[in-house]
Amino acid sequence: MTFEKLLFYILAVLLIISATMVITRRNPVHAALSLILAFAASSGIWMLAEAEFLAIVLVLVYVGAVMVLFLFVLMMLDIDVATLRAGFIKMLPIGILMAVAMAAELIYVVGPKNFGMDVEKFSSSVRHAADYSNTEELGSVLYTVYMYPFEIAAVILLVAIIAAIGLTMRKRPDSKYVDPSKQVAVKRKDRVRMVSMDAEKG
Amino acid sequence: MIELSDYLMLGAILFAISVAGIFLNRKNVIILLMCVELMLLAVNMNFVAFSHFLGNSVGQVFVFFILTVAAAEAAIGLAILVVLFRSKHSINVEDMDALKG
Repeated sequence: MTFEKLLFYILAVLLIISATMVITRRNPVHAALSLILAFAASSGIWMLAEAEFLAIVLVLVYVGAVMVLFLFVLMMLDIDVATLRAGFIKMLPIGILMAVAMAAELIYVVGPKNFGMDVEKFSSSVRHAADYSNTEELGSVLYTVYMYPFEIAAVILLVAIIAAIGLTMRKRPDSKYVDPSKQVAVKRKDRVRMVSMDAEKG
Repeated sequence: MIELSDYLMLGAILFAISVAGIFLNRKNVIILLMCVELMLLAVNMNFVAFSHFLGNSVGQVFVFFILTVAAAEAAIGLAILVVLFRSKHSINVEDMDALKG
């Protein structure tokens, strides 16, 4: 067994254990932290598959942004875990049965006997030289052939920003907020009224 | 030497785990969202593996787009969750029956 294969198996076991912890933990915060571990492990596996750029992006975008968002929302909401966990034991046999059946079917399909593993094309992957840049190769495709999809992806992110802000923004009825521009624009006659009246006779 | 089927089997196991997670945690919306993220990770694993073994970087470009869309999905999903919690004070799926479905 080569070192690479050993590393792959260690990361794969770590990934499967952390994914199992995501779905079985009672506390959602622990589940989110396990999901971070799963992303880190799969980032290592992608690194072994020579997808270095995507491995780094996975850590930056998922662990750095998406999971922090998850944790933020989890800690902001006051969640009653007990009622949400009801039915967990009841569904456990069905869930395990489903998972085992599905994994068995998928492994039967994608297993080593299929996909022509004996064919030269799949049995030995291309080894790149030490100065090979995955980022450069990806960029040279992404900014030429896939320019329009790339721009559409940017627009999708913009839409997501606008949607998230639009959904969560609200005017609180009990807020004592005063519009600063209205305060600045006030003239003297809006506030003070001069009344001329006779002096009182004592 | 790591083979293609190793990656594919890992992706299959990961996908099966996340489907089981949707079964087990079907009341907690936030765990459901996490399971969807895990599913997308399993799919991305297959794309990366095929891209590596076919020597074709288009698979990685597709993973890039999936990551973008998944990030947008997570942001909007969590925003909807926050609005929902504000109005119902719960994230239980069974409380979301306003459409009488």
